[in-house]
Amino acid sequence: MAKSHKPVVWFPFAAGGTVIAFFIPVIVVLTFLAALGHIPAGLSYERMHALAGNGLGKLIIFGVVALSLWSSAHRLRCTCYDFGVRADTLVATVLYVVAIVGSLLSAMYLLQI
Amino acid sequence: MTQMKERLVQLEVLRYNPDTDTEAHFQRYEVTCYEEGVVLDALNKIKADIDPTLNFRWSCHMAVCGSCGMMINGEPKLSCHTFLREYEGVIRVEPLAHFPIERDLVTAPDDFMEKLKRVKPYIIPKEKKPISEGEYKQTPTQLMKFRQYSMCINCMLCYAACPEYGLDPQFIGPAALTMAHRYNQDSRDAGREERQEVVATHEGVWTCTFVGACSEVCPAHVDPASALQQMKITSSIDWIVEHLIPGGKK
Amino acid sequence: MSRRPLVRECPPTTWYFRQPRYLRYMSREITSVFVGAYCVLLVVGLQRLSAGPAAWEAFLLGLRSADSIVFHLLALAAAVYHATTWFNATQKAMPIQIGEDFVPGNVISGAHYVAWAVLSVVILYLAGVF
Repeated sequence: MAKSHKPVVWFPFAAGGTVIAFFIPVIVVLTFLAALGHIPAGLSYERMHALAGNGLGKLIIFGVVALSLWSSAHRLRCTCYDFGVRADTLVATVLYVVAIVGSLLSAMYLLQI
Repeated sequence: MTQMKERLVQLEVLRYNPDTDTEAHFQRYEVTCYEEGVVLDALNKIKADIDPTLNFRWSCHMAVCGSCGMMINGEPKLSCHTFLREYEGVIRVEPLAHFPIERDLVTAPDDFMEKLKRVKPYIIPKEKKPISEGEYKQTPTQLMKFRQYSMCINCMLCYAACPEYGLDPQFIGPAALTMAHRYNQDSRDAGREERQEVVATHEGVWTCTFVGACSEVCPAHVDPASALQQMKITSSIDWIVEHLIPGGKK
Repeated sequence: MSRRPLVRECPPTTWYFRQPRYLRYMSREITSVFVGAYCVLLVVGLQRLSAGPAAWEAFLLGLRSADSIVFHLLALAAAVYHATTWFNATQKAMPIQIGEDFVPGNVISGAHYVAWAVLSVVILYLAGVF
């Protein structure tokens, strides 16, 4: 029995789980306020552009989005198995590819700002 | 002497006779037991007074030996530690889930025993020293580091609770992996690398999805879920050292 | 007498109905669907932001619909549930031993909750919510 390479996918999952726990609820609250019509001042174009315009801001936004995407993709993969879907390789490939494409797109958009 | 109160208990027990049956079926029993009794008492009363063919394992009747594990109303329990007064109506008693039924409530523990051996659940010292050199000493702090994990009584309730073991019987499972952690954490032990050959595989910690049921049903408060989570973290760090750091081992 | 053990299979698509704790576990896992979908919304948001002020304003206005409000409520519930299960698990994954004793688990989880609350308030403040 060979040692597993699972840490490659599990480590970013664990990191992403922590990021989701700390950041996603409050970010959801911000866009929820926008959905209710009370757009927070911090979501104005100027403020958001300034945040995404500097290096540190880009890095934070990218880290939150990429790790959260990966974590969700990995957990969803396990959930599919738990629901009885046994095509694990296919499920894993599709979900991880979606997460990676989402991360690459985010990086691209951030670099354009 | 105060009179002990009695009550009528109804049990629905899963029966299987390997010599005659191809399927298991439920059989209903009614028996009078002491109010303060446990499910195991009811089973013993049935065996003594009603049906001597009923098979089940037990030994200590005090939650120490770990042999009377059963599913009681769908929950893995030690039947000697499950009080009748906590139940109303018919109590459904089945053999431990996820294990093959040998006969009635007796399951085959072979798979668990084989897996337990594979994790080398014993101290592997760095260097063996002769008895004349004395004992391998340990401070209370070093003892406390693993003591909780050494309380396992091998009752296999955690295996019956773990859906991932039920879905993939290759999984080494909670108790055996926890035993690996117990020895890895022992200051007298140097066998972690050998155990990693089992622990860090797909069938090892990586089949666990942290359902946490193992820890909830453990009658000895061992918390296998925590042991497995910790081993996932250390195994991940191992992987990074081995593959990403130049000059890392292997 | 030879052994003829009866092997029972764990039903692969319905096992989680067997115990309430399995349903709790599955709810935790399903939060990934809503959190994942919300992350896709964030990627779209970044695209709109990079496309200039008009696109960003349109994106924010586009969030104002009944569907969006329902989606946000689901995402919020999922994210908060994920956070609580995650912080509760920290004490299992990272126990801290000081001398002979272990730091009580709820102190470790509690510290995470405090950090979470502080961080959330700071972000809300910086975003001009109050």
